[in-house]
Amino acid sequence: MTSNTTMTWRGAKEIVNLRKATTWGAWFVAEYRLRNMSKWIGAIIAFGLGNPIMLLLSVGVGIGSLVDNGTSGNPIDGVGYLVFLAPALLASAAIQSAMDETTFPTLQGFVWDKSFFSMNSTQLRGRSIVSGIMIAAAIRCILTVFMFEAILMAFGAITWSSIPALTWSAIIVGLSFASVMLAATSFVKQDDGFFAIVGRFIIAPMFMFSGTYYPLEILPVPLQVVGWVSPLWHATDLGRHLSYGHPVEGWVLVVHYAYLVILYFVGHYVASRQFEKRLGA
Amino acid sequence: MTQDMIVARNLTKRYEDFIAVDGINFTVKRGEAFGLLGPNGAGKSTTMRMIASTSQRTSGDLEILGKDPNKKGPEIRAHLGVVPQQDNLDGELKVWENLYIYGRYFGLARKFVKAKIEELLAFAQLEEKRNAKTEALSGGMKRRLTIARALVNEPEILMLDEPTTGLDPQARHVLWDRLFRLKEQGVTLVITTHYMDEAEQLCDRLIVMDKGKIMAEGSPADLIRDYSSREVLEVRFGSARNAEVAESIKAIGDRQEILPDRILVYSDNGEAALKQIHALGFEPLTSLVRRSSLEDVFLRLTGRTLVD
Repeated sequence: MTSNTTMTWRGAKEIVNLRKATTWGAWFVAEYRLRNMSKWIGAIIAFGLGNPIMLLLSVGVGIGSLVDNGTSGNPIDGVGYLVFLAPALLASAAIQSAMDETTFPTLQGFVWDKSFFSMNSTQLRGRSIVSGIMIAAAIRCILTVFMFEAILMAFGAITWSSIPALTWSAIIVGLSFASVMLAATSFVKQDDGFFAIVGRFIIAPMFMFSGTYYPLEILPVPLQVVGWVSPLWHATDLGRHLSYGHPVEGWVLVVHYAYLVILYFVGHYVASRQFEKRLGA
Repeated sequence: MTQDMIVARNLTKRYEDFIAVDGINFTVKRGEAFGLLGPNGAGKSTTMRMIASTSQRTSGDLEILGKDPNKKGPEIRAHLGVVPQQDNLDGELKVWENLYIYGRYFGLARKFVKAKIEELLAFAQLEEKRNAKTEALSGGMKRRLTIARALVNEPEILMLDEPTTGLDPQARHVLWDRLFRLKEQGVTLVITTHYMDEAEQLCDRLIVMDKGKIMAEGSPADLIRDYSSREVLEVRFGSARNAEVAESIKAIGDRQEILPDRILVYSDNGEAALKQIHALGFEPLTSLVRRSSLEDVFLRLTGRTLVD
């Protein structure tokens, strides 16, 4: 048995600064999430770059050449298919990356290794944990969006000047969808089938019916409804407007922003409540 | 400063139609090692969660470090160290990183935590594992890491829920040694266990719980003196004959407990009791004289054994 076990001991009352710990709680949680994320950084970057390259080569260039030939003289929105597609793909990627950081970590925290319970045994509350996860999701989302934009630039699908606006619309939708998914995941007791159901019945239809690959207006009105409730369509329409000036009426712009922002806050609020309830049971 | 670290009065926790903790009273003083002994489902862990200020009581009063956990939960938790029944470490992180992030949760400065980690790794005898992935550790090592983690904020009270359940005997002894050192350092310990030897080793004072209620309270020695005899004679006549023989020898000793596999004869002199049994013409298959333990106290109080 080693004898080197003496510990300096001033006591928690002396060393814990409660005000600092409480004020910055969410950032400490984010710091942890980023550390955990750093274990997967290779995969995050490979996916972040590989995903847009494959999408742009197959759909953008492959299908795009068919579309551009078929619509020559009267292209969609007056731009090439790649340009039309880019804001939608960017928004999808933002959603996917931010969601990855709110769904899996939430199951990890409540079900797999119960790390939320260890956080909650310090002065951290459920609401700080929720905010911390969202901060980390935002960072991952920004990283992904930048990588995606670099590839889009390389393919000539976007211009320099549209980057700030596109970044903005992609991040808003990423976070608003991620916060709703955070709220939903916080109710999951076991992981059996949850992701499969979400993937098949929410994510897949959303990607297909949000005007990603064609203008939503082409669809019959009953199917357009799927797009109207889909955050992805709001972000795509917004992104096209910001990217190349796709015409959108003023009040519709307000609806796009309002819808995404409201979704974000509803998700964040419901998640905070459910986290505190579940941690304190 | 108050010397009462924890005061519970009529503390109750009710879930829908089930009462997990039923009006218990106890006080824990500074520097004490206080135990909650009882079988699974006795209400120990629920009591621990209320003390840890994560679960709100239904009724009664509870004061931790002079504060009401229903109102000042985060404030109290900032000064506690909690070792839950199940280790909840992040398996993906390295050993030192688990200590680091936990220190950061308390808002401790990076430099302070880095220095603290060295002390904690030495304390937990995990220096050589500092850069190992946490999920690769053995059960005993993970347990020691969880305990080390709970010490990162130099807590006023260290709470351990079943600290050695599931560990092999050697790992348990290493852990007991570490906990004993903390006690020597003046850290207040609150420990739940269903192992009587653990309670005897570590606790200055304990409460025996069953079905949400306190059955007895005192030091291990006091409890044994009050509720048992000095020695216990264990005799086995084979499961088919135990009950029949027990009837014939019931006058021997102060008291007897008839278990499915053996008869326990409580007496201040176990050898003498065994001679009396021989004198009646009975020949046990095996016999054993031992000191009374908390297990006997529990059996006396509830009619059941601790580990079913």
